[in-house]
Amino acid sequence: MANFFSRISRRSFLDYFLGGGAVALAGSILFPVLKYIMPPAIPQAVQNDVVAGKVGELAPNSGKVFRFGNKPGILVRTPEGDYRAFSAVCTHLQCTVQYRDDFKHIWCACHNGHFDLTGRNLEGPPPRPLEEYRVEIRGEDIFAIRQT
Amino acid sequence: MSTTVAKSSFWRERFPVDAVAHFFAKKTVPMHRHTIWYYLGGMTLFFFLIQVGSGVLLLLYYRPTAEAAFESVQFIMTKVQFGWLIRSLHSWSANLMVAAAMIHMFSVFFMKSYRKPREITWVTGVLLFFLALAFGFTGYLLPWNTLAYFATKVGTEIASVLPIVGHDLLLFLRGGEEVTGATLTRLFGFHVAVLPMLTTALLGLHLLLVQVQGMSVPPQAEAQAAQRKPMPFFPYFLMRDLVGWLVALGVLAALAALFPWELGEKADPFASAPPGIKPEWYFLFMFQTLKYIPAKILFMDGEVLGILAFGLVGVFWLLVPFLDRRPEAGGRTRWFTVFGWVAIAFIAVMTLVAYVVPQTF
Repeated sequence: MANFFSRISRRSFLDYFLGGGAVALAGSILFPVLKYIMPPAIPQAVQNDVVAGKVGELAPNSGKVFRFGNKPGILVRTPEGDYRAFSAVCTHLQCTVQYRDDFKHIWCACHNGHFDLTGRNLEGPPPRPLEEYRVEIRGEDIFAIRQT
Repeated sequence: MSTTVAKSSFWRERFPVDAVAHFFAKKTVPMHRHTIWYYLGGMTLFFFLIQVGSGVLLLLYYRPTAEAAFESVQFIMTKVQFGWLIRSLHSWSANLMVAAAMIHMFSVFFMKSYRKPREITWVTGVLLFFLALAFGFTGYLLPWNTLAYFATKVGTEIASVLPIVGHDLLLFLRGGEEVTGATLTRLFGFHVAVLPMLTTALLGLHLLLVQVQGMSVPPQAEAQAAQRKPMPFFPYFLMRDLVGWLVALGVLAALAALFPWELGEKADPFASAPPGIKPEWYFLFMFQTLKYIPAKILFMDGEVLGILAFGLVGVFWLLVPFLDRRPEAGGRTRWFTVFGWVAIAFIAVMTLVAYVVPQTF
């Protein structure tokens, strides 16, 4: 220890001391500021199923966007009359997709991404398929159920 | 300069009036065949001043919440006297400012005005240009309409592509995982407080450097500039500058009055992105490029690669004065000029394609 103190001058010790103090002061100011600007995580109730629509609401070869928790989902009635449900969040840059009756498949307007009726990315920039939900009809309600 | 201010002893005792007056009296502008490009920086500054004035006026009525933003802009445009004009001026002037800044930046690039000792002037200028784009991006969401909502969704999602810090950056920009009212409040804060503060500081430094170093004479016009007498800034060049500003004001007023800026439909976070969606024209070339990049390139997502490539070009552009060292030694660097023309051609073609090719394929 004595060796350490004899090696540094009083001036450089004070320089380190003040410099260290300045860094600590800046850190103690910046840390809460940085923490403050990052938004707190708001807990969301995990929702695994939702009523996506009513029986008879959709004609064959059409679709609608529904609310699944805080994200949009899309319910599609195929030209054959089957119901399919997917996440409506495009896997490219998160735009909300839509059903195009002229294409007979799902399309994203933002960057011209195409998905087939199994959610598979057909064409354009989307790198992955849409997340598919299981569809169940209970009475008049069409449920979209997250697959676990 | 024998003005009333300079003569007044009150000011002389409190401020170095003589030194400043002497400096400006001696200020000259070189005359050569490229002198016309010197007006573009001042023109950009003019549009910026219009932005500050019209922006302050919009603040009197604008309300930055998801519930009230759209309605408050509607109120400005339909109920407030001349509200439509003020909002239209703000939107048009924003676009003209970006256009003027872009022409100014490219003209400076081709004239190689970034050569020693003006490297910092270039760096501050490019940063100011990026700030202008940030103003455009943050301001675009404020009316809370459908187009703006999806443009912001895509734009902020792009930030999340960055390695390591991407997701934190997305949270910082959106104020949460999704684009919501929290995003609007945040971007409003950036638009009216953070960006103006940064711009004021950088603009001050940029203008100071231009004053201290004077105008750069491009290498290809040095002989001509040496033969012709430089023009005194006061009053001759300033008068020409003011005529330019007057013309700019005329063009701006005509555009704002004849083509009032539209408001569109109120944003609905649970509606599909509408066909024909596109960002402002100055982001269009990047938007269009992202459409053409394949989903996968080798093992990476195409869009990640595209966005990283744009980022790298941005960094390269900022560092041009430190990479192009040959002009100082009297050499010529054609590669940089070629790069500039390729960049312009790329931006022009992609922008044109985005306008001409139908969006619904």
